[in-house]
Amino acid sequence: MSSAYIARATDIAARALGGEMMIMSAKDSTLFTLNPVATVIWQSADGKTPLATIVKEKICAEFDVDPAEATRDAEGFVRDLAGHGILIVSEEPINTAKPVQGETR
Amino acid sequence: MGDLGTVAVQEVTIEIGGAPIAVRSESPEFRRMLEGRYGGFLSPDSQPVFEFDVELMPPGRITSQEDISVRLEQGRWLIERGDLRAEWDQNAKRGRIVQSANPYSIDVALRIFHSLMLARKGGLLVHAASAVRNGKAFLFAGVSGAGKTTISRLAPPDALLLTDEISYVRREGQHFVAHGTPFAGELARVGENVQAPLAALYLLHQGQENSIEPLGHSEAVRRLMENVLFFANDPELVSKVFETVCELVRQVPVYRLTFVPDERVWELIR
Repeated sequence: MSSAYIARATDIAARALGGEMMIMSAKDSTLFTLNPVATVIWQSADGKTPLATIVKEKICAEFDVDPAEATRDAEGFVRDLAGHGILIVSEEPINTAKPVQGETR
Repeated sequence: MGDLGTVAVQEVTIEIGGAPIAVRSESPEFRRMLEGRYGGFLSPDSQPVFEFDVELMPPGRITSQEDISVRLEQGRWLIERGDLRAEWDQNAKRGRIVQSANPYSIDVALRIFHSLMLARKGGLLVHAASAVRNGKAFLFAGVSGAGKTTISRLAPPDALLLTDEISYVRREGQHFVAHGTPFAGELARVGENVQAPLAALYLLHQGQENSIEPLGHSEAVRRLMENVLFFANDPELVSKVFETVCELVRQVPVYRLTFVPDERVWELIR
């Protein structure tokens, strides 16, 4: 999966609040709160950057984590959010990523 | 001159949250019922922002549907329940309600209408009691049995009860303001028709002692979302509601209020 491209779905609402990213599926109102690592993956899910590059250049660069472990965790996170329709996963670049909303404090 | 077959229109204007809505029927009895139920919220001199024509049917003549359905079809909102059918065109600012001559159906139609109108404007209907004290509004949210009626009943004389069941929160400028509503719960007492800036939101729990504990943003958003009254399966409006809840949590402190059911709890609410 790490060679896949990921994009934020368009039918979601997301808001960074008090340092936490909250995402809601507009379809079923399910709410997710992302931890800092998951937030970086979410913010980087532009449909143009492969997950492997996000893990290498963002996660491993910003957090003190083992690359193999970071890849496993990232793939699990992406599978989970994709299962809820929050992230789109494709073997090809994706053009429909929802823009990241600015944080409100 | 003979009978021309004309029927006098019976109209009342009910203003909740600063939005006057005209309700028309052909029944003087229905008008009198509305005047009795919504007494403090009648606003005969206001220019209505919306008009509903009510067609009264004998009980049991509408549908057998028990669950409520709220949906948008070709630009028209539709509400269907066993005792009620309502439809309106938001742009035309007119709608039609078919119901029997009971107060509960019109109450449901008005609640849903206001919930949809508020959602678009960055406001909320919340399953919460609310009161004004010292010029500040406080919301007490919780599911049935959490203590909304109890805390309303315990309110001291200097607290004005806005509602014991359905709180009306509007965005006014950059801030949130709570308005009184006639939507009563078990207390069966219509709220005061006043408004005040929202100072705090309490999530109610009855316990062995009185205590207040601040909630983090994400838990506050989750808990408030659970208590928002919103019926429509409309992704765009659901997203708006989420945005409003996030903004409210950013601006207004949210606490878990554990309380013993006696009047001392109000010593914490100031």
